[in-house]
Amino acid sequence: MSTQLLTYLFVGASFALYIGIAIWSRAGSTKDFYVAGGGVHPVVNGMATAADWMSAASFISMAGIISFMGRDGSVYLLGWTGGYVLLALLMAPYLRKFGRFTVPDFIGERYYSKTARMVAVVCLIFVSFTYVAGQMRGVGIVFSRFLEVDVETGVIIGMAVVFMYAVLGGMKGITYTQVAQYCVLIFAYMVPAIFISIMITGNPIPQLGFGSEVADGSGLSVLQKLDSVLTDLGFSAYTQGSKSTIDVFAITAALMFGTAGLPHVLVRFFTVPKVSDARKSAGYALAFIAILYTTAPAVASFARLNLVDTVHNTSYEQAPQWFSNWESTGLVEWQDKNNDGVMQYSAGAANEVAIDRDIMVLANPEIANLPGWVIALVAAGGVAAALSTAAGLLLVISSSISHDLLKQTLMPSITEKQELLFARMAAAVAVCIAGLFGIYPPAFVAQVVAFAFGLAAASLFPAIVLGIFSKRINKQGAIAGMLLGLIFTFVYILYFKFISPELNSAENWLLGISPEGIGFIGMLLNIAAAFAVSRFTAPPPVEVQNLVDDIRIPSGAAVAHSH
Amino acid sequence: MSEQPQHHSVENPSPQDHNDQKTLTTQNAADYWHTNLRLLAKLLTVWFVVSFGCGILLVDWLDQFTFFGFKLGFWFAQQGAIYVFVALIFIYAWRIQIIERQFGVDDDEGSL
Repeated sequence: MSTQLLTYLFVGASFALYIGIAIWSRAGSTKDFYVAGGGVHPVVNGMATAADWMSAASFISMAGIISFMGRDGSVYLLGWTGGYVLLALLMAPYLRKFGRFTVPDFIGERYYSKTARMVAVVCLIFVSFTYVAGQMRGVGIVFSRFLEVDVETGVIIGMAVVFMYAVLGGMKGITYTQVAQYCVLIFAYMVPAIFISIMITGNPIPQLGFGSEVADGSGLSVLQKLDSVLTDLGFSAYTQGSKSTIDVFAITAALMFGTAGLPHVLVRFFTVPKVSDARKSAGYALAFIAILYTTAPAVASFARLNLVDTVHNTSYEQAPQWFSNWESTGLVEWQDKNNDGVMQYSAGAANEVAIDRDIMVLANPEIANLPGWVIALVAAGGVAAALSTAAGLLLVISSSISHDLLKQTLMPSITEKQELLFARMAAAVAVCIAGLFGIYPPAFVAQVVAFAFGLAAASLFPAIVLGIFSKRINKQGAIAGMLLGLIFTFVYILYFKFISPELNSAENWLLGISPEGIGFIGMLLNIAAAFAVSRFTAPPPVEVQNLVDDIRIPSGAAVAHSH
Repeated sequence: MSEQPQHHSVENPSPQDHNDQKTLTTQNAADYWHTNLRLLAKLLTVWFVVSFGCGILLVDWLDQFTFFGFKLGFWFAQQGAIYVFVALIFIYAWRIQIIERQFGVDDDEGSL
């Protein structure tokens, strides 16, 4: 069977599975729609969280980015996993005890303010749409290369599938499809990684493989060989960083605190039955995520080594098959600068080969000459990763609109049935907007990713954690903090990414911190402002202080105000 | 999260009479919270040391050591810290449940 046919088969079968699950797990109430009825087993929720979290960026782009950044790529590995420790220790159990439907719910009630709730809704919608745009681009890439359909058709098919299970099933449908998607994506990621690890080092465990000796008799380990090959070509050594320590620190921190403040992840912990389940569930989620995240750096180093080995100093006539396959998508380019018909890959002006980092994972099975079904599997995995995250994001967008904006603020008199209808309508509209982003990708998608994490770190994370760990932070403090963090981070990124991109270099940055890492400073400003303003204004009312006491205790009965 | 030493009894307070029930429970909740904060402080210290410490601030110094074929600092940044993160969450889930039972504030059905 041809690879093409296998790909249709794999992607089609996975779609049929997702839709089947969606029909089986339709949402009947707002509780089903927002938090899957609140009865999801912690392991199931952990797996769904992992799929929700691991997006097209994690599946398709991350290993490629690390591959070209070397040690500096650690910011993503540390940042996107370390946040789960904060989630499990500082947030998830308390939010579960609070026991409502959305993140703005918590901020609105804890800070007894509709203004605070609205600030949270604005942050949430901005962060989530930024993210969705990236997912749809991922779906587009996979479809255009593997199914050879137009990006438009691909995005529309993807939209239709997400529409089916997000709009019908709500959180309940999403949770169970995400479990299936996790299985598809992790299998699709690990199979080629294991094959390539065996091929290069003879070690079947990629996590150990990239520290093992290369099976070419040179006696060097993968990383040693990569260091020497890359420095010969004029690149910096793979295991050396080129970013400043303070910038690496700030970016990692912004990604970590941002992860812990992302609404589509936080809301997953509202779905488990008990407080203790929320903690365990975060542990399972990170364990499932870690399988991919510890494999990614191995894949990154194998892919880079493979790239140099197969492309550098190879004549164009003998270019490997994957090279010409991907050339048609424009993501791989060769320009014969010295007219010798041979591809030279190096740092600097003499480089003739341009490789888009997004293709490193997708092209890996072809680079390693793996059979057609592996390539088909990777295509299905990429789509699963993109769709699962898109669905989770669309759900938090729709619930913040139907629940926080309409039910809690503008139209408090609507019935549950109407609220559910509005939730479905909001999800449908959000799917269409996301689809438009996919078909007409705004040129700024890559630039705005820094926004999503920076803003989540600078606005939502401190408001939630301070709301749990301090009884003294009041409405004024929280709003002042969120606004200061949000505006500072927004303006800084806007200035360096859009207004004066020519100034976007280390000597102009505040304290040497790049726009990607500025959310960390925004977060510190948020916390400072929240404490300072709260100090000079009245403490929160007694009911709110009692609410804080209540969420700190896992059991309901031990709380004095429970009557 | 301040780490002020707080003395408290680990065993469940046994209320002498029903009038004391409410204050004792409130005190119990406060003691539970302080114990929780101390545990959090310890675990978050480890979290900071393995990621920001070993993976970023000390990475160049640690790179002089070799660990399973990796430079140690590089290994922490791209592998080790992640394993420790997973362990930290499960250690917290395990320890805090024991503490909750000691203070009688756990969320098992039918307790307290």
